[in-house]
Amino acid sequence: MTVWIEVDLCNGCQRCIKTCPYGAVELRDGKAHILDRCTSCGACLEVCKQKAIFSDMEPKVIPDFSDRKGVWVFAEQRAGKLTSVSLELLGKAQELAASLGQDVSALLLGSKVSGLAKSLINHGADRVYLAEHRALKDFRTLAYTKVIEELVARYRPNILLMGATHVGRDLAPRVSRRIGVGLTADCTELSIDPEEGILLQTRPAFGGNVMATIANRYSRPQMATVRPGVMEPRPTPGKKGRVIRHKVSLKEREIGVKVLEVVKEKKKGVNLSEAKVIVAGGRGVGNAEGFRKLEKLAAAIGGEVAGTRVAVEEGWIPPERQVGQTGQSVRPELYIACGISGAIQHRAGMMNSRYVIAINKDPRAPIFQVADWSIVGDLHDVVPEMIKELKKG
Amino acid sequence: MRIIVLVKQVPDTTEVKLDPKTGNLIREGIESIINPDDRHALEAAISLKEKTGGKIIALSMGPPQAVDALSEAIGMGVDEGILLTDRAFAGADTWATSFTLGKAVEKIGGFDLILCGRQAIDGDTAQIGPQVADYLKIPQVTYVFEIEAVRKKSILVKRRMEDGYERIQCELPALLTVIGELNTPRYAMVGGLIDACREKAPIKLWNAADIGVQTCDVGLEGSLTHVIRTFAPKSQRQGEMIEGDAEAAAKSLIGKLKENSLI
Repeated sequence: MTVWIEVDLCNGCQRCIKTCPYGAVELRDGKAHILDRCTSCGACLEVCKQKAIFSDMEPKVIPDFSDRKGVWVFAEQRAGKLTSVSLELLGKAQELAASLGQDVSALLLGSKVSGLAKSLINHGADRVYLAEHRALKDFRTLAYTKVIEELVARYRPNILLMGATHVGRDLAPRVSRRIGVGLTADCTELSIDPEEGILLQTRPAFGGNVMATIANRYSRPQMATVRPGVMEPRPTPGKKGRVIRHKVSLKEREIGVKVLEVVKEKKKGVNLSEAKVIVAGGRGVGNAEGFRKLEKLAAAIGGEVAGTRVAVEEGWIPPERQVGQTGQSVRPELYIACGISGAIQHRAGMMNSRYVIAINKDPRAPIFQVADWSIVGDLHDVVPEMIKELKKG
Repeated sequence: MRIIVLVKQVPDTTEVKLDPKTGNLIREGIESIINPDDRHALEAAISLKEKTGGKIIALSMGPPQAVDALSEAIGMGVDEGILLTDRAFAGADTWATSFTLGKAVEKIGGFDLILCGRQAIDGDTAQIGPQVADYLKIPQVTYVFEIEAVRKKSILVKRRMEDGYERIQCELPALLTVIGELNTPRYAMVGGLIDACREKAPIKLWNAADIGVQTCDVGLEGSLTHVIRTFAPKSQRQGEMIEGDAEAAAKSLIGKLKENSLI
C-alpha cells in the first residue's frame, strides 16, 4: 500500500503537510513530497483540494448500519455505588441521542443493584438493562464481557460508552475485541457528525501533542471510553424509564479470576477533582523546596497543590497530585499554573478550569495560550508577592 | 515458566515539541525508547525467571529500527526477541495490532504468562493487553502492581484501583498488564547489549506471511477506527497579559481575582 503525489496537480498549499500526523510530508521546490516515514494512513488524501494525492488502497465499503439504534452507557458501580463518570456519560449520551433522534440506555451489572436503576433514569436513561447475578458482584472482566456481549447481540446498539476508569479501561477493550468493533480510548470530546451521523471521538494523541478526531465507520456499536471529569451530568428528575431484566447464566470456571480481597486505601491529600482552587507547578518550580512556596500560596488562597508529570517524576510532589493526561482531570474555579510550560498532556487535564492564571519566565510557553491572565516572570518572585498581597486582605 | 513480554518502541514523548507555526510534531532528534510501562513488564518477567526458571521471549511490532528495543530487552536478560515488521502492519489501530500480536503469539505457542505494560506513552490507549487476551481467549488482570505468588496453575496479583487495590487470583495461562509501581527495572548489561547486536543475536524478524495473515487484516487496512482529523488544541481564552515587575503584577492580578469574586 502506497500513497503518492502527482506533482503536476500539487499547488503547494501545504494542507497535507499540516494534516499529516506523522510529519511525513514536506515541501520541496514548492511541491509536497512524501517522506519515508509515511505510514500510508491516508489522512492527507481527504484534505487535498487539488485531488493531487493518490493511494492504491481500495476504498473500504461501509456496511449499512441503519438498524443500529440507541446510545448505551455502561453504568459502572462499585460496591453498589455508581461512579460519577457513569452519570457524566449519561449527560453526554442525552445530547448525542438527541442529535440522532435515538434514545439512551444504561447497562447496569452487579449483584443486588436494582436500586440504582432509578438514579440512572433520573440522569437521562430511557431504559436500563439490568443484569443481576452473584458472579457479577465484583467486577471481573470475563463475566462482565460475556453479559455485555449478549446484550449487544440482542439489542444491537449504535453507540456504547464507558468511563475511562480502571474498570472501564479493562472492560472496554475486552468487549470491543469480543464483539468485533473498533474502540477509541480516553476521549475528551464526543459529537455526532451532522452529515454522516457517525460518532466523532476526539482525544489527545501522539503523546498528547495534538488532538485527534477518530471515526469508527466500519463496525457497530461505535465504542469509546471517556475520561472522567470531562463531561457533565444532566439530571432529569421525574423522568420515566423502563427497566429490562437480562437473565444471566454464568459459571465460575469460565470467569478465570477470583477477587480475594478488595482493599480501600485512604487517599493522601484531597480529591483534586473537587478542589475550587488549584495551585500547580511544573519544571520551572525547580525543586521540592520550590513547592513549599506553592503550598503557602495554596494555603493563603484556600486551594490545593498539584503538579505536572515532570514534578511527579522528579519526586517534588506525590503522584496523586498529578494533573494531566496520565494524572487527574480537574475543573476548578481557578487554576494557577506556575512554571508550567503547558504541554498538551498537561493541558488535557486542566483545560476545563473556569479561570486559568499562568506564570512563566518564557513568554512563548504554550500555557499562555490557555490562560485568562498571564504573567511573564519568575514564579519565585511573583508567588511570594501574591502571598503578601493576599495577606493584606 | 514460559513468558512472552509485549514490548513497544516509542518516541520519548516527554521530549516531543510542536512546531509553533504548523502545529505539527517536531520529530527530528527525538530518541526512541522502550515504552516505560513495558520496561516494568520486562523486569517482572526477568525476576520471575530468576525465581522459577524458564524462558522469556520479547515480542514487538514496529519498523525495522524497533529491533533496538529488543536488543535492549536481551541486554536486560530476555532470551529471545521477535520483531513483527512489515509495511503492511503500518498505521494499525488497536484492533489490527491486537490481531497481529495475537497471531504471532499463537505461532510462538506454549506460554504460561504474557506480560505487557499498561499503556504506551505515544498512544495511551491501554487497549492492546486486554484485546490480545481476548483474541487468545485467556483471562487478564490489568494495572498489576504486585505479583504475590506464582503457582502451577494460577498467579496471585494485586491490581491497582483508583481508591485502593484488589487481590486477585488468576488462572494460567493469563495476560497481565503492569504499572510502574510494580518494580524498578534493571539496566541492560553492556555484555548483553553487545551480544544482542551480533549477527547471531537471538532476534527474529517476522513479516505478514511469516505469521500467516493477509495484508487486508492488518495495518491501516485491517483497522476499524481511523483518524479523520488532527489539530492543535485551540483555546477560547483571551489571555490578558499582566505587565509590571513581580510586585506590581501580583498586585494587579490579585485585584482581578477580587473583581471576579474568585477570592
